[in-house]
Amino acid sequence: MREGSTQHAFVVGPGHGDVDAVRAAHLFDLPVEQITRYQLVHVAGLLAEAELDRLARTYCVDPVDGWWEHAEPARDAAPGAGERQIETGLRPGVTDREGAELVRVAHEVGLAVDAATIGTRWIVKGQLTDTQLQALSDRVLHNEVIERWAIGHLEPAFVGDGATAPATEIVEIGGLDAAGLEAVNRERRLGLDPEEMSVIAAHFSDLGRDPTDAELETLAQTWSEHCAHKTFRALISVTEADGSVTEVDGLLSTYLRAATDEIDAPWVRSAFVDNAGVVEFDETFDLALKAETHNHPSALEPFGGANTGVGGVVRDILGVSAKPIVLTDVLCFGPTDLDPADVPDGVLHPRRIRDGVVAGIGDYGNKIGVPNLAGAIVHDPRYTTTPLVFAGCVGILPHGSNPTAPEAGDSIVVLGGAVGRDGVGGATFSSQTIDAGTAEVAGSSVQIGDPIVEKGLIDVVIEARNHALYHAITDCGAGGLSSAVGEMAEELGAVVDLSLVPRKYAGLAPWEVWLSEAQERMVLAAPDPEPVLAVARRWAVDAAVIGQFTGDGMLRVIDGDDESAVIDLDCRFLHDGRPQRRMQAVIRLHRPVRESVRVATGNPTGDLVRLLAHPSIRSNEDVVRTYDHEVMGGTLVRPYGGPAGDAPADGTAQIPPGTSSGRALAIGIGVNALIGSLDAYAMAWTVIDEAVRNAVLGGADPDRLSLLDNFAWGRPTNPETLGQIVAACRGCRDAALAFGAPFVSGKDSLYNEFVNPNGSADPVAPTLVITAVGVVAEPTAVPITGAVGPGNDVWLIGSPYGTLGGSHYEAVHGGLRAGEAGEVPRPDPGAIDVHRQVARLVNAGIVVSGHDLAEGGLAVAAAEWAFGGRVGLELIDDPVTADPHVLFGEGPARYLLEGRPADAHRFRAVGATRLGRVTDGETVVIGPITLSHAAIGEAVKGHQR
Amino acid sequence: MTPRALIPIAPGTNRDHDLAEAFRLAGAEPEAVPLTELRSGHRSMSDYQILAVPGGFSYGDALGAGRLLGLDLIGWFADQLRDTVAAGKPVIGICNGFQALVRTGLLPGDDGPAGVATLDANESGRFECRWVRLNPGPASAWTAGLVEPLRCPVAHGEGRFVAADLAAIEERSGVVFRYQPGGYPNNPNGSVGDVAGVTDPSGLILGLMPHPENHVHPWQDPLRWRGGSGNCLPLFRSGVAAA
Repeated sequence: MREGSTQHAFVVGPGHGDVDAVRAAHLFDLPVEQITRYQLVHVAGLLAEAELDRLARTYCVDPVDGWWEHAEPARDAAPGAGERQIETGLRPGVTDREGAELVRVAHEVGLAVDAATIGTRWIVKGQLTDTQLQALSDRVLHNEVIERWAIGHLEPAFVGDGATAPATEIVEIGGLDAAGLEAVNRERRLGLDPEEMSVIAAHFSDLGRDPTDAELETLAQTWSEHCAHKTFRALISVTEADGSVTEVDGLLSTYLRAATDEIDAPWVRSAFVDNAGVVEFDETFDLALKAETHNHPSALEPFGGANTGVGGVVRDILGVSAKPIVLTDVLCFGPTDLDPADVPDGVLHPRRIRDGVVAGIGDYGNKIGVPNLAGAIVHDPRYTTTPLVFAGCVGILPHGSNPTAPEAGDSIVVLGGAVGRDGVGGATFSSQTIDAGTAEVAGSSVQIGDPIVEKGLIDVVIEARNHALYHAITDCGAGGLSSAVGEMAEELGAVVDLSLVPRKYAGLAPWEVWLSEAQERMVLAAPDPEPVLAVARRWAVDAAVIGQFTGDGMLRVIDGDDESAVIDLDCRFLHDGRPQRRMQAVIRLHRPVRESVRVATGNPTGDLVRLLAHPSIRSNEDVVRTYDHEVMGGTLVRPYGGPAGDAPADGTAQIPPGTSSGRALAIGIGVNALIGSLDAYAMAWTVIDEAVRNAVLGGADPDRLSLLDNFAWGRPTNPETLGQIVAACRGCRDAALAFGAPFVSGKDSLYNEFVNPNGSADPVAPTLVITAVGVVAEPTAVPITGAVGPGNDVWLIGSPYGTLGGSHYEAVHGGLRAGEAGEVPRPDPGAIDVHRQVARLVNAGIVVSGHDLAEGGLAVAAAEWAFGGRVGLELIDDPVTADPHVLFGEGPARYLLEGRPADAHRFRAVGATRLGRVTDGETVVIGPITLSHAAIGEAVKGHQR
Repeated sequence: MTPRALIPIAPGTNRDHDLAEAFRLAGAEPEAVPLTELRSGHRSMSDYQILAVPGGFSYGDALGAGRLLGLDLIGWFADQLRDTVAAGKPVIGICNGFQALVRTGLLPGDDGPAGVATLDANESGRFECRWVRLNPGPASAWTAGLVEPLRCPVAHGEGRFVAADLAAIEERSGVVFRYQPGGYPNNPNGSVGDVAGVTDPSGLILGLMPHPENHVHPWQDPLRWRGGSGNCLPLFRSGVAAA
């Protein structure tokens, strides 16, 4: 701030009624009648009244009906009788695009503005006590993690620039015993194992010195579960179901990577080595594939957590020099109608989490202009305290255009924004469990993204790639520069001068600059930095040269003229010094109760209605339409199709922009929340099969699929939890081998557990998400979404019978109770033949439309399919009976296909079973069930009103 | 001579490639140019025969969708923009580009109070992406020869057209696209009179919220196997023909 700078606060009208906030307030029993929002602008600068007026009129006020007035005393935006005022604003240092833009444009017209932030004034109508107002703000209007608030007037607050930066500290660990080391570990929230602390202590003892704070933090980041995947690389002693003991030396290498190696698919360019897997698309291009999780941040700040989750996975794709072209998202939430009294302290209501996460995903994807094409939303009570957010991205790059070898002498160029205290400690944070106090200490671990900067990064990286301006590239994600430069320097060593790193504000300790997870940054190794900087200038993206790769194998970090090293670490110790973790796992077998719920009902029509309205089955069209799935102009199959745009597609497809081979890519996703706790091995088969089915109906060749795996489990130090993970990995390997579909990248998110104030833990529902990506040779043959033609035959491919254990039918009949579940879907190694048959029929152009049998089985699939296509169905042929296994059973490799009567022999020839026909009109008959379109629509879309 | 179309890119612009594809198919030679290149003088609007402001989220919609890009255009490039309009070159703004052109005052472009308009938040209060049907109104440089409805997606959160004097714009045949009547979702944002696109009094400057550039190939149509229709390429051909 310059001398004489003063602070101003003004509000901008007209106000806007916020019905969503009122609705949310009612959820918490707060007697709110109306909430009106006004923009609240805080400015610091040398501004006379006339200049303030010019600033407000030019940049804040709408020309048609807008106005502004000073915040205090307000006339038009003031609370009237029976109204109260709350003001909220971002905490200083939180990413604030609008504030930054206001400063920028004010400077362009010569207004002396030093700082600006944009907040909100809320005028609340209703008889609320101060306690209720506080509750309203806490639960609906602001999030303590990133925002400040006040009843009445919120004083402007800006990041000070007078703060002195703390110096690098030496942490005295020499001579400490195990308890002493653990105290250091806990106090600094390093999240390291006791063995790791003692290896670090021994290393520095050999060097004859203590570590700096930056060295310790760097080791904690590099060795975190998030970055090092300690559990998936651990030596595990597995007690099998029969009591025998097996040693597993690394889940990743034993199962996932082993399957990929054994399949040895010719289309895989690289798997498990870089930020993303790379597979061949056509003669010119490869696809880059990656899916990530962002669970812990999304639990605390849903918008920011999901927002930066998308940003992170997009940078993973950029990190292999690919242009992002498709986004995906799988979201797992608690029940959105949960009684607020049942939400534990320190946890946000599932509804607020859902709204925030959905808004965060939409905001990021829409703004960077990458279509969101596939996803799922799953609801289960076990996601209430630990919601899950999986964000995926597909990118495209010409063959051989991703250089991966930095050279000694290359400059280290950082593209993107300046650093602040953003996300300091994010990687270690995401590797620990959450408890009621986490929101208070995690403030800096959660952040808001800036998609506009990321869009610029995409443009800069792709142009720099096209001109071969760099030798290597990686993203700045968890661990910030520590992780990015640390990884690139693994073989060479590097020297970095932190004084060259652009900062948002003064007062940061050197280790904070080094570890800051300020979003939207990429790191390049450039032989000549000047052309890279020129490209960055062209796209208005900030860039800085901060150091050099050396070749001496040492990671050396200094801070300007200060001679003492912030970091002086041997790269070999940093990357290979971590002791392998040893862990225990116990495998438990699911013992099914035969026919548990089969006899429980005599009302299949009622069962179907309940299933169609199940939160994991009902329509998500209202959510999906807040995502742009058309941008780039390549979309071939959308998430929702049909004449009214509300028929759910199985797989989605895109003709990648810029390609000319005539091919498309197809994406299928598989996820299941119910089977995993019964039988994780069966769940792996189930979700892989589902992903494959979806991809096949998106037009993909089932013999050319690549898979992404995402694991989300609780605390793996619990042997039974780890046993489930082991079983799931075995299922992944076996199913991948059976399908010939290699994993090319994956991510595990563990410690998804909420620790209650009384010490008990709520683990997440064991969740495996599989993304299958394939190539569509014949885009014109891809089946239509929703059933189409009255008179056409309806064919079932695969078994008429499903199983009920861990099914949604079981879930609506009392849910999962230990020891009461039926038989789970059996792994079916022959399923690939079914998928091939379907693909052959599709490629022959005789499949008019199709829908896979998934959650809720045949009856749900048929009802969705007919309603989405606005046609009737009559499925009354043998074997459609009242048996719940037929109507509602779930299982692998089952499809409903629509074919013209003239092609009947071709469906019969592959063993398809005719179930009936498509009819005119609005009635859907499935064996004993008769439902109208109106009833189906009410069940699947009623919640959207 | 093949007309050249200038597609300016601000930070956050993202449908520049889509728009370039449409102009390429329509017979123009499009070039997407970052504003920094126009500011530095490496490029000038005078080098082009068409100005096409694309969709996206310029400056992240900070301080209102299209506001800062609009101010850029009349602040940094006032002379070039004036010359472009004075020379009778066709100008189109789509989605965020429409919002920006409204902020410049080029649209609706009437003199006096009738020239005041804005694109307000959708009635639903949310961003929405869905296909819509656009009924063409009176002919203009851009809509010459359009008779059948066009179909294409919308993808915006602030697209409700509000004009101080809509009747005046209608009077001079400035409303050239309307959403299919029947309310939501045919009219996805609640625009009064189902207004989807307007021209200035000359008919050479067109602004519309939907994305015709995303329906220029038959395979892009989600209803292609249910009797698809409404390919938007003729719109771009008309614009190119007027250049």
